[in-house]
Amino acid sequence: MTKTGTITRRAALAGLTTALAAPAFRPSFAQAAPIKIGVLHSLSGTMAISETALRDTVLMMVEYQNSKGGLLGRRLEAVVVDPASNWPLFAEKARELLQVHKVDVTYGCWTSVSRKSVLPVFEELNGMLFYPVQYEGEEESRNIFYTGAAPNQQAIPAVEYLMGPDGGEAKRIVLLGTDYVYPRTTNRILRGFLNSKGITDADIMEEYTPFGHSDWQGIVSRVKTFANQGKKTAIVSTINGDANVPFYRELGNQGIKAEDIPCVAFSVGEEELAGIDTRPLVGHLAAWNYFMSVQSPANTEFKNLWQAYIKNPRRVTNDPMEATYTGFNMWAQAVTKAGTTAVDAVRTAVIGEKFAAPAGYTEEMLPNHHLSKPVMIGEIQADGQFNIVWKTPEVVPAENWSRFIPENANRRRG
Amino acid sequence: MGRAPARPIRTVMKRILLLLILLAASALPAHAQDAFVSALSGLGGNFNAQAEATARLGSLGDARALPALRALSEGRLLRTADGTLLIREGSGLVDAATGAPVAAPDPEPQRISINNRVRAALRGALGQLQILSTDPAERLAAAEAVFRTRSADNIPLLETALGRETVPRIKDQLALALAASRLVSPDRAAKLAGIAALGEGSSAEARSLLLEARAANADLTEQIDGAIASIDRRLAVRRVAETAFQGLSLGSVLLLAALGLAVTFGVMGVINMAHGEFVMLGAYTTVIVQDLLRDVPALQPWSLPLAVPAAFLVTAAAGALMERGLIRHLYGRPLETLLMTFGVGMMIQQAVRLIFGAQNREVISPPWMQGTLLLPFDIPVTANRLWILCFSLVVFGLIVAAIRFTRFGLEMRAVTQRRPIAAAMGIRTGRVDALTFAFGSGIAGIAGVALSQIDNVSPNLGTGYIIDSFLVVVFGGVGSLAGTLIAAFGLGVINKMLEPWAGAVLAKVFVLVAVMIFIQRRPRGLFPQKGRAAEA
Repeated sequence: MTKTGTITRRAALAGLTTALAAPAFRPSFAQAAPIKIGVLHSLSGTMAISETALRDTVLMMVEYQNSKGGLLGRRLEAVVVDPASNWPLFAEKARELLQVHKVDVTYGCWTSVSRKSVLPVFEELNGMLFYPVQYEGEEESRNIFYTGAAPNQQAIPAVEYLMGPDGGEAKRIVLLGTDYVYPRTTNRILRGFLNSKGITDADIMEEYTPFGHSDWQGIVSRVKTFANQGKKTAIVSTINGDANVPFYRELGNQGIKAEDIPCVAFSVGEEELAGIDTRPLVGHLAAWNYFMSVQSPANTEFKNLWQAYIKNPRRVTNDPMEATYTGFNMWAQAVTKAGTTAVDAVRTAVIGEKFAAPAGYTEEMLPNHHLSKPVMIGEIQADGQFNIVWKTPEVVPAENWSRFIPENANRRRG
Repeated sequence: MGRAPARPIRTVMKRILLLLILLAASALPAHAQDAFVSALSGLGGNFNAQAEATARLGSLGDARALPALRALSEGRLLRTADGTLLIREGSGLVDAATGAPVAAPDPEPQRISINNRVRAALRGALGQLQILSTDPAERLAAAEAVFRTRSADNIPLLETALGRETVPRIKDQLALALAASRLVSPDRAAKLAGIAALGEGSSAEARSLLLEARAANADLTEQIDGAIASIDRRLAVRRVAETAFQGLSLGSVLLLAALGLAVTFGVMGVINMAHGEFVMLGAYTTVIVQDLLRDVPALQPWSLPLAVPAAFLVTAAAGALMERGLIRHLYGRPLETLLMTFGVGMMIQQAVRLIFGAQNREVISPPWMQGTLLLPFDIPVTANRLWILCFSLVVFGLIVAAIRFTRFGLEMRAVTQRRPIAAAMGIRTGRVDALTFAFGSGIAGIAGVALSQIDNVSPNLGTGYIIDSFLVVVFGGVGSLAGTLIAAFGLGVINKMLEPWAGAVLAKVFVLVAVMIFIQRRPRGLFPQKGRAAEA
């Protein structure tokens, strides 16, 4: 508990500094109370590696919006709390944001388990949460907007690619994942999809490992054995967090080349690759809705904004950051349109809102609170970036209730 | 060293060969020239066209294609606005078709990117073109590539290559490639020869090829099954050896993580919950040492060995500071020590996060720690794991020697066994306490150097090892270094044996349950301490 106490004080201090410093720089704002933006990302614990960049993205957007004159003539103010990768603490911190700080909107969560933990709080107190990470779907809440991919916008197109001529026409699939709700649900959907394509359970290997797993030698050599059964094999990885680094290192050391056994990952982006030597991994794949290497004017603007804010011209951007950025802009547009930050008004206003995202497409907020997004497959390059080898010609609308889960049959018709 | 004088001769031979090829090429009829140029232009097309052009260049057997294909696979092939293909050679540019140097065009040429399909085609084509190369490394890679692409068209080429080859390892690989190519030929006799040859090896890939062929050749099922069965017998032996190595490797990681604790907890009885953070500090010291050596290329391959003493000193200093500043006031109060060290651990973790950031830090693996080595009987082991296994045994040996044979070791044993008597003999017990704790912490730092090669260097590094370390020390018997050694390797091997059928998560659960039951029956672990010291 000591730890949480310290962090909150630090976070509060940071919030205080922003509050004190901002008026000094921008005296032009009227006396109206600031609009409060809650930031609910882990700044310590296992998920800090991924989530700190998202906190910085929100802070960057707050600063940027203020430099443009704020919203509705009011200044924006970020309230940062640290749920410390502790799932129940996420719910407590969400309550604190809504009841104590009375935030107008919250950006937060990475793992699905943290989102499931705060969902009842946001529904009970009628808050508004923008969730920026690709996830397993099977959820819909009037208080949450999902700006990451649903399974049909990431997992399924990626596996289709592996089974196509460019992906190597895989006939056997290895599903590797971290042991929690997102990989298990995604793999359940994928199994249904693979079965529908004529790949039987005998040709599917499924294995789970704990968070932070570091000894991959047994699993990788079992994958090799599984692959040597006379059929082209591919790996689909839902491994999360920093377990990816030793996993890729083991792939490289055991000489698994992308030409022989390609591995497509759903949770590995530019940030995760920053800690590894990617030369042995060239050709392995990742499926996302945005890559830093996308060529578009909106992306150039986004990258410049980020690298200037973080004061590091080599810092990378990634998909969840882009989703945070897009979500923030859509919310700002909706607030302007509604003329208020009241949750109910913004909720209606944001549906149908369009934004030219850094991914290079115009994305739209759909009535199911998810976005229409392009799907892209990238190959890892020696410099740690992705080379986009395939993408959808148009945006794909999100299907949060997967058609490959039998229980959803009634829901979709309803 | 014997290789050095051979080099100029080989280079000369290479040049002569190249000259001959070029002469032969210029003597080719016009249509062959055209075939080369038209195939080459396909490399600038889409992925489909690239794959087709690559395959055609490979089967043309024209050595002029080599520079362009190599450039494409290394990302050095460029396309100008009008579609001309250029190769980047160092800082200059050459034309891909003629090899003549050209000036940099405007607008700047685009780098041609490839995908996995093109990459596989490239590997095959480079294999076809390099199989008669004078460089043995190129020939070996070519033989492996041709084995994977396997096509009946390559049979004559492979037969020639096999006839000329003198290096045994390349010969084996060529024989495999030939057998694989014969397997897909339409000729029944060739197929039978291929099956027999593949069945004599112990390659899992050969088994895969045979399985694939089984579906296509219903009339040869019997022979194929026989070949597969003989491969399987050899593979089964190898798999046992592989599992044993993986278990020992996991054991060596556990041993390294636990050794420092075996001193501070096992010998001194201090429950140090910040032990994992000392390991993490050791890993960060490695990062800093590598950063400092970045500008000294001569020392770079040695950055890891140099990091070992550095990490020992840094963490030993941190340990001494903690012992003198905090722990010594809490001797005999295990609960308070536990809470206090836990708090210090979190402070160290957060401090590192504030200084270095939450992101993983990249650690460079020296070349000798990358890739796979083949032990006798073709047992593949990854180089980094093998080194860490050896390293852990060396560290263990040094610790045992230090405790048994040095003056400091003698004083340490004296103080931990009977403090008042040791003090009466004139030993400064406070100083010995501080040194012992620093020694244990320093070992944790050394472990951090090794772990930085297989795990993430992040502020959370240590948290993953603290539980396992205590488990190993308690299971082995508190105070017994030999127990720690046997417990670490035992748990590692059992874990890896369970993993294939229980999965990584359940295997760990089973091991924990087994240790719990064992500790309930024998609370003092595998090697309980005997004598008066144990009751003290």
